[in-house]
Order: sequence, then structure tokens, then C-alpha cells
Amino acid sequence: MIATSGIVFRLAWRNLWRNYRRTAIILAAIAAGIWAMIFMIAFTRGMIESMVSDGIRSIPGHVQIHHPDFRNDPTVDNLMSRPGGELAASLDGKDVAAWSSRVRVPAVISSERGSRGVTLVGIDPVAETSISFVADDVVEGRHLEDDRDRGLVLGRRLLERLESDVGKRVVVMTQGADNDIVDRGFRVVGVYESEIASTEEAFAFAGRATLQELLGIGDRVSEIAVLGTDRREAEQLYLRLADTAGADVEVLPWYELNSYLGATMRTMDGFVIVWIVVIFLALSFGFVNTLVMAVFERVREIGLMMALGMKPRTIVAQIVAESILLLAIGLAAGNVLAWATIYSLSDGIDFSFVGEGLEIMGAASVLKPSLGIGDVLLSTAIVLGLGFLASLSPAIRASRYQPVEALTKE
Amino acid sequence: MNSVRCADLRKTYKQGDQDVIGLDGVSLEVEQEGFVCLRSPSGAGKTTLLNAMGGLDRPDSGEVYVAGKRIDNLSKGKLAEMRLRNIGFVFQAYNLIPVLTAMENVEFVMHLQGVPAPERAKRAGEALNEVGLEGLENRRPAKMSGGQQQRVAVARAIVSRPAIVLADEPTANLDSSSARHLMALFARINETRGTTFVIATHDEMVMSYAKRLIRMRDGKIVEDQLQET
Ligand SMILES: Nc1ncnc2c1ncn2[C@@H]1O[C@H](COP(=O)(O)OP(=O)(O)OP(=O)(O)O)[C@@H](O)[C@H]1O
Ligand SMILES: [Mg+2]
Repeated sequence: MIATSGIVFRLAWRNLWRNYRRTAIILAAIAAGIWAMIFMIAFTRGMIESMVSDGIRSIPGHVQIHHPDFRNDPTVDNLMSRPGGELAASLDGKDVAAWSSRVRVPAVISSERGSRGVTLVGIDPVAETSISFVADDVVEGRHLEDDRDRGLVLGRRLLERLESDVGKRVVVMTQGADNDIVDRGFRVVGVYESEIASTEEAFAFAGRATLQELLGIGDRVSEIAVLGTDRREAEQLYLRLADTAGADVEVLPWYELNSYLGATMRTMDGFVIVWIVVIFLALSFGFVNTLVMAVFERVREIGLMMALGMKPRTIVAQIVAESILLLAIGLAAGNVLAWATIYSLSDGIDFSFVGEGLEIMGAASVLKPSLGIGDVLLSTAIVLGLGFLASLSPAIRASRYQPVEALTKE
Repeated sequence: MNSVRCADLRKTYKQGDQDVIGLDGVSLEVEQEGFVCLRSPSGAGKTTLLNAMGGLDRPDSGEVYVAGKRIDNLSKGKLAEMRLRNIGFVFQAYNLIPVLTAMENVEFVMHLQGVPAPERAKRAGEALNEVGLEGLENRRPAKMSGGQQQRVAVARAIVSRPAIVLADEPTANLDSSSARHLMALFARINETRGTTFVIATHDEMVMSYAKRLIRMRDGKIVEDQLQET
């Protein structure tokens, strides 16, 4: 077998270019298919990446710690003490980039013109910096200065809905400790923008201490948001924190805090495989047909090679080699095209014209295709593997010819 | 010692629901260094006999021995191996692999035999010289005349020193001068290398080269005589 591989590949290669036009056409089809395959994978990966990183910024964090009942009933009844002892020590770990404790309550914000329900979040702006989106995204006015800041930062959209403005006062009403309704006037000090418009309406930010005082909850908090150094290691971080946190709090990773996001991430790998197979199937009709034609045209020659002593399995190898070469060239061309396209789009594709649709899914309106070497290897392996299987049938059929019949075929 | 021995070969073809006799009890021994011509009217069984001797096709009954080994009961793969090692073929036409050059066509069987590259090139070059094709080593079949193509086929048939070369109407597609050249070449190789030839033909000129002339009719050998050349 090894001894014959030289002649097998030489024959396969020359036969490939024998019908130049047919080979060129099928190659163009394969290259286009592979291009679509790789580009679509990169595009979808980019979209999911953007969804996940935006999602993590609005969770926020890779891991969060709450009172066990807080997620079912996110009110002031289910608060936790600020972390101490073992948990505080483990939050200083090397795999933690930042952490911050926050107060989070449902509230109604009213201006003279209207009122809106929001999630009011009390933060320590310094600790929060790298964890959630607010700090970078204040586009007008100023961000909160510290946790005692008495101002309020709102999203652009919310401000528009309330027909209010930076510098104006709004009234915040919410439920404090002991089920009392509490309210207070805040001055709007800053406006943030988010890539995801719905976020701008949903979250309002105040100083943590200010909010604790308003709610009468002492120094207790609703949640601790922890940002790890690497999203892909969120699971280890989560397990480590869950281990040290103790039974009186609940520790959850991002993919459970936002299970839609987690599920999307997990289904992505499945999508990639399905997409590769779909494209391959679309290509396989033309591809197998080309092979069948090539074999049929060469019956006499195959008979000759068999008469001269080529074994049936070497005939199979030669036809399979021809199909693998065809696919390999198509794969190479398709990949080059796809990489070139992705490279030329490395600034992102502006989808703001369909932005609403993408935002509903939680993706930003500028998408950067993101291509991993793993996806390229996977698609190459699947295409070559399926190509091998698809070429077996014509190849085996060719090897079953009787040399005499094949030789005398008109 | 003989190159090929056949004992009581029979073969019937089915054509629709009619039985057509291919071979009807043929027994034959071809001696080493023999130069045998099979002659007959069309359809008397020459090709069927050559195919059985060369392991290209199986008889319905009877036995075939090549270089002392029985071959009529071998599997497809084993038969291919047997042909590769023991038999040289020259067919009437379409003898060559179109995508390979003259040289590569001759080397083809040595590739399958696993002959190392330097020896392959050396032997193929010698064989092409021997058939008078020096200078045409890198031509593809489409760029050669019918006579040249047949010579490449001869070079390929003799290059691995087979027990026997079987040629089925090798001159049928050639003009008379090319045909003469080819027969002269066969005769010379038979003389110098001692290669055994069995040639099926309708052509009187071809028969005139034979040391032994076998006449067939209706799947039987009806005459078998030596002749002076
Ligand atoms: N594949 C086949 N199917 C049916 N009949 C066949 C087949 N091959 C040969 N025959 C028949 O068998 C008989 C012998 O054929 P064969 O080809 O051996 O004769 P031949 O002497 O070589 O003839 P020719 O001189 O025309 O080449 C003929 O009657 C032929 O029609
Ligand atoms: Mg014949």
C-alpha cells in the first residue's frame, strides 16, 4: 500500500486536471460552500461572543453571591451581610479581577412628566469600575463619585421616556425595610448609553451607602458580583467560591444567572457541527456526481490498470485520493477566502439597520466575526471525513469491475 | 518446464437466453521461449483462451497453471498479484494510461511491484530503448502514433521479465509497416530475452513470425503445428 501511494497520488492528481472545466466548476462550488461555512461560523461565534460579553456586563460578573431566596424574591427581605472571613479571603484570590457588593431593588422613578419601573442598583463606583458597563458608558454629566454620592445615573432611553434631563430632579420610590414605602428625590447627575437599548431603560444607578440609608438596611447588600480574570475559567472560580461561601448564601456562575445566555453558548458547538454537515450535504450532490462521472468515463482505463495487476483496493484508494485532493483544494481555497473576508471585516459589521432584531437577542449592533482554529480544524475534519465516506461508493463500484468487461466496454 | 498449461478449459457465455460457446475443451501447453500464434475465424475463442491463460477471466471448468502454479481458482486480489508478477499484456488498443507519459506507463507495473525508484527508472529507460522509443520518454499517449503506443505497451509488458506475454490482435489497429515493425520487435525480444509470446491474430503476416501455429474453431483447437520462420 505504501509502495503504491506515490503512483496512486500521481494518478489522482493528473486525473483531477484532466477535465479541467469540470474540476474548476466543482472546485468553485466547494470553495464557495466552505467559504459560506467558515464565514457563517465566524459570524455566529462573533455574535454569541458579543452577546455573552454584553450579557456578563449586565449580569454583571462571572459569579454572583446572593441570599438563597434573593433570586426568587429580589426584595429587601432577602439581603446578606457583606462578606467576611473565609469568603472575603477567597475573593482576594488571583483568579478574581474585581468584585463589588451591590444593593438591588425594584423601584419607580418619576419625573414631572412620567414614571417608570426600573431596577435600582446601589453601587460602589470605584469597586464597580471593571465589572459592569456604567463607568465607561456615561456619555453626559458625570458618573457617581463614591458610594455616598447622592446623585443618580440613568440610561439615555429612560431619561427620554421620563422627559427629564441631567441636572433635573426625579423621585425614587421603593419598598424599604419593614415593608415601608420609602421615597426620596435624586438629582440626575449622569446619563449612560448601552449597546443594548433595553438595558438603558432597565437600570438606574445610585450610591450604595445612599441607597442603604434610604432603605434602612444598615450595611447589608443584595448581591456580590465577582469578575474573574478569564471568562472560560468561570466554572473553576464558581466552584472555588461556592466551596468557601458557606450554606447561608447562594453562589451562581453567569451561565446559570442568565441561563438563556448559558444555553446559547452551549448550543453554539452543536450549531457549528450541524451547519458544517448541512453545507457538506449541499455540496455532496455535485461532488459525488462529479466522481461518478469521472469513474464512468474511465471504466476502460480502470480495467486496464486491473489487468496489469492493480489490486481492487488500490483502485479504491486512487479514486478516494482523487476526491480527497479535490476537497482539500476546495477547503484551502474556501478557507483563504473566508479568512480574507473575516480579516477585511475585523472592524465589525454594522448591523444597526437591523439593530432592533439583534438587540432582542441581546447582541450588539456591530458584530465582529470571530474565527477559532478549533472551528477550522473541526470543519476540515468533518468535510474530509464525510468526503471520504461519500467517495467510497463510486470507488468501490469501480473496484468491482471485472477487468475483461471493463476493457471491452465501448 | 512450460510457461502456461491449460487442461480441458470450457466456457459458455450467455447471450440473452442463448448459450454461446467460448471454449469447448481446450488443453494446451506453451513451452518456455515459445512464440505461438492463435489463428481462427472470428468468434472461435482466441480471446477467451488468452483471457483464461492470463487470469483475466475464469473458465467454467478446467485448470490453468502459470509458471507451475494453478491460477484458475485464485481470488480477485490474488489473481491481480499473479498477473502483476507473471504476465505481460499487449491489447489491441487503449493499452496505455492517458495521464501518464511513456516512461511512467512503463514504470506503472514496477510501481505496483514496489520496485525502488532508481531501479524503476533504469529498467524503464532500457525497455524503451529496446523497443526503439528513446527520446519519447516524456510523451503522453495522445501525442504518439498507434505504432509508438503499441511499442510502449510492449516495453511495459517485458520490463518485469514475465513468464509470458499475451498479445490479443496487437497489430489490428496498425498500418502494415508499423505492424511489421512490431512483429519484428516481438521476434527479437523472443530471441534475445527468451520471453514467451502467445499472440492471437487474423493477420497472415503476423502468423509468418510464429514458431508454432495453433488454429481454433468453435472453441476447440483443430490444428497445432510447428513452423520454420
Ligand atoms: N462477454 C461475452 N458475452 C457473450 N458472448 C461472448 C462474450 N465474449 C465472447 N463471447 C462469444 O464467445 C465466442 C468466442 O469469442 P472470442 O472473443 O473468444 O472469439 P475470438 O476468436 O477472439 O474472436 P475475434 O477474432 O473476433 O476476436 C464468440 O461467439 C463470442 O461472441
Ligand atoms: Mg478476440
